[in-house]
Amino acid sequence: MPDITDKVPAPAAIPPSPSTEDGGGKDTGKAKPERVASMWSDARHDLIRNPIFVVSAIIILFLLVLAAAPGLFTERSPFEKGFCQLSDSASKPSSENWFGFDTLGCDVYTRTIYATRNSIIVGILTTVLTTLVGSLLGMIAGLRGGWLDSVLSRFTEIFFALPLMLGGLLVASIFQTGNVVTVALVLAVLGWPQVFRIMRGAVLANKHNDYVMAAKALGAGTWRIAMRHVLPNAVAPVIVITTINLGVYISAEAALSYLGIGVQSPNISWGLMISDAQSRFLISPHMVLFPSLFLSITVLAFIMLGDAVRDALDPKLR
Amino acid sequence: MTIIDKTADVPAPREAGSDGVPLLEVRDLHVEFHTREGTARAVNGVNYSVSAGETLAVLGESGSGKSVTAQAIMGILDMPPATIPRGEILFHGEDMLKMSGEERRKIRGSRIAMIFQDALSSLNPVLSVGYQLGEMFRVHRALSRKEAKAKAIELMDRVKIPAAAARVGDYPHQFSGGMRQRIMIAMALALEPDLIIADEPTTALDVTVQAQVMELLADLQREFNMGLILITHDLGVVADVADKIAVMYAGRIVETAPVHELYKRPAHPYTRGLLDSIPRLDQKGQELYAIKGLPPNLTSTPPGCAFNPRCPKAQDICRTDIPQLFPVTERDGGELAGRGSACHFWKETIHG
Repeated sequence: MPDITDKVPAPAAIPPSPSTEDGGGKDTGKAKPERVASMWSDARHDLIRNPIFVVSAIIILFLLVLAAAPGLFTERSPFEKGFCQLSDSASKPSSENWFGFDTLGCDVYTRTIYATRNSIIVGILTTVLTTLVGSLLGMIAGLRGGWLDSVLSRFTEIFFALPLMLGGLLVASIFQTGNVVTVALVLAVLGWPQVFRIMRGAVLANKHNDYVMAAKALGAGTWRIAMRHVLPNAVAPVIVITTINLGVYISAEAALSYLGIGVQSPNISWGLMISDAQSRFLISPHMVLFPSLFLSITVLAFIMLGDAVRDALDPKLR
Repeated sequence: MTIIDKTADVPAPREAGSDGVPLLEVRDLHVEFHTREGTARAVNGVNYSVSAGETLAVLGESGSGKSVTAQAIMGILDMPPATIPRGEILFHGEDMLKMSGEERRKIRGSRIAMIFQDALSSLNPVLSVGYQLGEMFRVHRALSRKEAKAKAIELMDRVKIPAAAARVGDYPHQFSGGMRQRIMIAMALALEPDLIIADEPTTALDVTVQAQVMELLADLQREFNMGLILITHDLGVVADVADKIAVMYAGRIVETAPVHELYKRPAHPYTRGLLDSIPRLDQKGQELYAIKGLPPNLTSTPPGCAFNPRCPKAQDICRTDIPQLFPVTERDGGELAGRGSACHFWKETIHG
């Protein structure tokens, strides 16, 4: 009996309905046949239909443009000569100066716009650093196991015992340079254990899967197993947590700056602006209001984005 | 069909142990797992051999050590908690247990390959099947992406997946169970290994597809003249495909025999029990036979013959002395090639 074609009627019948074979694993209730997809294209499909994702993505895109080219939105620069005029001190918002002036007579609108760059840089830099360090060590700990895993895991627990703010105060007061990169480094030092923990957990959950065993049985080396078979299956939770964390790091930067140990003058930061204006909050609330508003919207946008990504990547939440 | 007619570019059949060395020989293999409850002796001195072109079926219920033996051969046991205190695994006469990790990795996939039970969970869900098939060539043969893809399509054709070129970019969940198992077979066959170990390749499939997959496996084995170790607990699957059978119980081989001999005249009470518990239409209405009791706990196997608490023929000697694998002969002492039984009362079992 050489002819043992499967019970699929004929090759021609296959292309139109590939998903009917085993239900395709997704059940959206739609009857119209559509391209069956991998986890990632499923997620993409879900995301562009999710209003939360669309709104947060638009806000973030806008913020990125602000950060990259603040000159598009204001003709003035906070670094130009004569930018602050003491005669304008604490002037209320007006039609020419929408956000008013701060105590030193600097235009709040221009400063708020220019401060976006620092916040975004801190957020992205911290996220990149924590993700790189955290996932690399998490992968090693999860795959290797044994004493190395124990040592790394206990080491990260030291960081978990330290509240972010308290740790930030401690570390930042040691390197008091007040520039953006230092703040990002401080936050990264305190933030990577969270990514480590999630990556390690995801790797542990995946490394005993049959396909890892099968890859091993077919001669894949350790590196290939780690990069091709474990990592792609473990990366989803890490993506979710880093997106949410980006917002958290931005707000942490503002908090550190507010406390006077983050970004320091002459650099600009929303946290610094809030800090400078807080003593006059009751008399001139606009000085606090506008940077706070930008900060809140930015953090909210990233957290919303993270939420949307999680909904798309975690099939259990559907 | 047409796909099989590629015999021209198939390498000439490997000489079946012309130098007297079988393809794979397992000698006195022991595997232990150190657990909190004590040492579980999963494999206790297994001996078997496979030659090129031959199919050995390893039969046994869950926990009899058949899969652990296979994993030890492949070298994919998690070494703590498992240890191999004794034994040899000779591949082309060379002991693989003495090789370095890298040497063994090079053998895996290219010279010995394995097919797993559950093809869905054995295929990586985030990579397309074409990629996973091509990976074999890229890892072991250093082919480019494009060449690997072409090879992948060729392989999918060979295992009779319809519209291979169109489906090469599809993901594992888009295939049916039988198709997935074909892809697993294709992966194992990719580099034309000398030996394939199939660990319950049809258990997760429904009966009609089972037959097709076994047929395919047997065809390809003949075509490439490979050795095949077929691990199963399904007596029905074995009968058509295997040349010889090794029955395992509690980490030991309790009976070996050429396939039809075993069905005709089992020489071990365990094998007899297994055969008697196959449902038959002509015994409709009667109670189905079952071997009483449970398989032994591997951390505390009973003294003597491990099967003695469940054996209808057990005597005092069975509770004290572990039976060797005795050569089984005809009633008049005539030799029966390849037959052996680890039972003190094999004579009574086969002839009585």
